[in-house]
Amino acid sequence: MSEDIILEARNLVREYRTKEGMFGKLNITRALKGISFKLERGKTLAVVGESGCGKSTLARILTLIDPATEGDLLIEGKKIDIAQQKITPEMRGKVQIVFQNPYGSLNPRQRIGDVLTEPLMINTDMTPQERRDKAMEMLVKVGLGPEHYNRYPHMFSGGQRQRVAIARALVLNPSLLILDEPVSALDLSVQAQILNLLADLQEELNLTYLFISHDLSVVRYIADKVMVMYFGEVVEYGTRDEVFGDPKHDYTKTLFNATPRADVAHIKERLARTA
Amino acid sequence: MALLEIENLTVEFDTVNGRFRALDNVSYSVNAGEVMAIVGESGSGKSVAMLAVMGLLANNGHIKADKMVFEGLDLMTMSPRQRRKVIGKDISMIFQEPIASLNPCFTIGFQIDETLKEHTELNKKQRKARAVELLNSVGMPEPEKTLKKFPHQMSGGQCQRVMIAMAIACEPKLLIADEPTTALDVTIQKQILDLLMDLQAKSGMGLIMITHDMGVVAETADRVVVQYKGKKMEEADVLSLFENPQNAYTRALLSALPENATGDRLPTVSDFHLNGEGA
Repeated sequence: MSEDIILEARNLVREYRTKEGMFGKLNITRALKGISFKLERGKTLAVVGESGCGKSTLARILTLIDPATEGDLLIEGKKIDIAQQKITPEMRGKVQIVFQNPYGSLNPRQRIGDVLTEPLMINTDMTPQERRDKAMEMLVKVGLGPEHYNRYPHMFSGGQRQRVAIARALVLNPSLLILDEPVSALDLSVQAQILNLLADLQEELNLTYLFISHDLSVVRYIADKVMVMYFGEVVEYGTRDEVFGDPKHDYTKTLFNATPRADVAHIKERLARTA
Repeated sequence: MALLEIENLTVEFDTVNGRFRALDNVSYSVNAGEVMAIVGESGSGKSVAMLAVMGLLANNGHIKADKMVFEGLDLMTMSPRQRRKVIGKDISMIFQEPIASLNPCFTIGFQIDETLKEHTELNKKQRKARAVELLNSVGMPEPEKTLKKFPHQMSGGQCQRVMIAMAIACEPKLLIADEPTTALDVTIQKQILDLLMDLQAKSGMGLIMITHDMGVVAETADRVVVQYKGKKMEEADVLSLFENPQNAYTRALLSALPENATGDRLPTVSDFHLNGEGA
């Protein structure tokens, strides 16, 4: 059986042009310098790297928010260039995103019900009743209840808000979910709950995840494949076991060394060193 | 004698729904040369305790304690004037958001100078030399140029280095670091932690590390206090805590670490809570 590729990126480049003042010279920042990868249906690709390496730029291109400067983006085998063509609602529904900070990504003046029905109102021709039912169904699916429908975001904890953000992303039945640091703003125990929820949803809905993170312990837990980015380039790409077992690039090694380790052997080693 | 000794500290806040108890009868003691970590999730009262020590609680905060003593000085009865002599000199603190804790309107040099002016007898020239020396010791490249920079011209990691430089400017006996690396990348986090541990080992100061990250605890602490909902769950030296956690909450916290995942699902702290062991 051939691989079921849901999304393919070929040599993606993204440049940001900024000017110093009205007549100043043009500065070109290459945030992505030619990124290629394939996403297999039902699997999780983790993208790792530090701030400024282009992770979020990549997320914006894949979710069809920004166009790529060069390169091709293929979703389910179809080439998409948002600089040239208008995106159909159907296309919009295929890729959805969950942002890092659930305190910033929900409108404080919008009830949860409206948060969930707005994408349906824009992208589908469902009746209000159908939209309402769909939103209720999603609330239950992410572990909240119908009683939360009329509440405002400030009445929820961080973990619950992130559940709402996930429900909003899922309401259009996407096949690919971009998760931009979805658990890094959460407490450890809440992080575990959200990771469990994501694993359950992936199994139930056959979702594909692109999981952006800088936390290697989370990546190791959730990823099938891992892509390490450094200054806009992919420096390492492989299955989880390949990358974690035998990191090739110096930056990956630095990253592994810098990650704090919470195992007993490591603590013993440190105490022995300082004693 | 311990450097900082706190017995049965309770902190309450007035809210519209009555008094809220953020910290409930918790005792701490830190010795010189020791690294103590206070670990817990949001709402565990880990920052509140140290803000009480610093006298930084908001007006609706109320402190009760049997004892709160720093080097023989009673922090409970101290006048604000006396407190200002100690805070920033003998006790200093680093906060989580380095960019937010620096004043955007003044240069780095000015802000380091403020601390030195307040607490030392040095003249202008000596203070500048000291500022350069401090920036050097926290590993800032080109310290002279950095003095003229504004916070927005530097990265988060650089701002945190400046914060550390300010905190150690008067060679404090106790340094309180409140989530010093949470806002930073892992590679930068390592640099900052290494720097803090290095400074601590050299100067022999006491260091209180407030964090929610078990990895950071494992990398830095000698002794650990685990808190949950304002109560102390467990106190142990770092090795026995990880090797043989006594409290159910500590065990739950450790098993929620993704790297300790054994099965398909991560155990969560609410699992522990439902079982009703713990507190």
